[in-house]
Amino acid sequence: MLYALKIATRYLTASKAQTALLVLGVAVGVFIFIFMSALIGGLAEFILARTVGDLSHITIEAEAVDPAILISPEGHVLAVVEKARVRTASLADAETFVPLIAGVAGVNAVSPQITGAGFMTRGAQVSQVGVTGVEPGLESAILDLDGYMVQGTARLGAGLVVLGQKLADDLALRLGQTVRLQSSGGVASVLTLSGIYATGNGRMDESSVFVSLSTARTLFALPQGVTRIEIKLRDLNAADTTALRIRALTGLDAVPWTDGAAQLMEALDAQAQTGYFLKTFALITIVIGVASALLLSTYRRRPEIGIMRAMGAGRGFVIFVFVTQGALIGLMGGLSGAALGYSALLPFPTRDAFRAGTLPLDITQGSYGLAIALTVIGAIAASILPARAAARVDPVTAIGQ
Amino acid sequence: MSALLEVRDLVKTFGVGDAATRVLRGLSLTLEAGEMAALLGPSGSGKSTLLTILGTLMKPSSGGYTMLGQDLIAAQDSELTAFRNLHIGFVFQFHNLLPDFTALENVIFPTAVREGRETPSARARGRDLLVRMGLEERINFPSVKLSGGQKQRVAVARALMNGPELVLADEPTGNLDRVSAMQVMDLIAQINREEGTTFLISTHDEKIADLCRRRIVVGDGLVTG
Repeated sequence: MLYALKIATRYLTASKAQTALLVLGVAVGVFIFIFMSALIGGLAEFILARTVGDLSHITIEAEAVDPAILISPEGHVLAVVEKARVRTASLADAETFVPLIAGVAGVNAVSPQITGAGFMTRGAQVSQVGVTGVEPGLESAILDLDGYMVQGTARLGAGLVVLGQKLADDLALRLGQTVRLQSSGGVASVLTLSGIYATGNGRMDESSVFVSLSTARTLFALPQGVTRIEIKLRDLNAADTTALRIRALTGLDAVPWTDGAAQLMEALDAQAQTGYFLKTFALITIVIGVASALLLSTYRRRPEIGIMRAMGAGRGFVIFVFVTQGALIGLMGGLSGAALGYSALLPFPTRDAFRAGTLPLDITQGSYGLAIALTVIGAIAASILPARAAARVDPVTAIGQ
Repeated sequence: MSALLEVRDLVKTFGVGDAATRVLRGLSLTLEAGEMAALLGPSGSGKSTLLTILGTLMKPSSGGYTMLGQDLIAAQDSELTAFRNLHIGFVFQFHNLLPDFTALENVIFPTAVREGRETPSARARGRDLLVRMGLEERINFPSVKLSGGQKQRVAVARALMNGPELVLADEPTGNLDRVSAMQVMDLIAQINREEGTTFLISTHDEKIADLCRRRIVVGDGLVTG
């Protein structure tokens, strides 16, 4: 079939301007496909990074113990211990589990924490806060605390506290000043403000404070164990499977972030569906363009097809010539469009450098190979109808034209 | 000489019902191997239809056709395509060269399409044929840049490329001036003499017919002389 390839190539090079226009049309379609892939993929990355990026991808929380009950010999409940306001449940064996979890494939960081509620008091100002005790050195393991610091440092130590900008403003606190933090259990500590952060999340900036794990142990009277283990993954999309693996490994109730993000997942899914539609339309445009151009070529070359048939070219040969033209157009258009798309995406920031106000185009999600493959397949499919029409040309009438 | 081909009671009807036109009305003909015959007759007598059927490009409505001992009426399209490629050459009135190809590429087309590629031996034979046609300086010329006479000589070379037993020529000189026409006919006569290729040449030109050793006259869909 080398000869059919030669004829197909000759036909394409014989009308250079027409072929160039056709390839350009296909390339534009491929460019749109790649651009949409990069945009939809980048947008999903951006949304996830903004919404989930600073959250724990998998969380293990201490399960509250069921309240004790007193049952009569007849089986009636006589008394129930009221649920304590102060949470006492803990993951007592955290020290054993943390290295195990850290060794699971895909896990980027493991942060054992003690969390609870408290009140922060400075003078007459009192604010209700959520307290998170983390191990020094792991301050930015889950939330990028270092990245959000506006004053001071995120490093935690004994007697130090890091809090949000809004809370600092509410309490009129400046770096180095002291503040009283009382836990819901009534234990109080006087802490020195070592750092102020601003995440842009209003609720967090006004009510979350970070202390060292040892400070939190004192505040919440938890001499050993932790109340929560937060886990960050390299790929947040792998949360479901990794959570299952951790559950199997530790027996703990590892909850992936997706469990509480059904609406977000639906929105991302809808966005992806929109992308598929747009990409499908781009492919349909390519197929229609190639099919119409080749049909025109078939009509224009009817006499030549008739001569070939008279000289002994079979129908299969004629089909191969036209299908090969379609494949070559698809390949050239696919490669050109992919190169065009890649070049156009190069100036945009990488996924790690997405910033608000810029188009989150992810050059790594251009689906270049898929775009080229689908274009070639689409162009081949588009050429089948013209090729069959060419093979059906009656040599007698075609030569007489 | 032995019979190269034989047609018996050929009938060809175009259209149906009241619009039906019977072009061949039971025509019978035998061509011997090595013959050079002129096919004569007025326009509409059925000459071109007969050539088309003999060239296996069209099947008759009824009748028999055997060539080289093969029943070509019963053959499938793919079998006829292969048969045509090997055993029959065509020369048309309007040369009908492939415009995007050179003279040599046009000549070797019948071999290349059979073998799936342009082999060195095919190129060598194509060159020899073009030299024989007096076109040694036009071998790699684009076919569209050749003169009418040159194009027709390329067409003759193409018809001879696979060494066919039969060459069907439909008014091969009808579109040429007298000098070019005689050049083409001299070449055909030479090949007929030297290689024994059978030629059936449809023509209105008595001078062209005079160069042939046999005259077959067709009239009203039958051989009349």
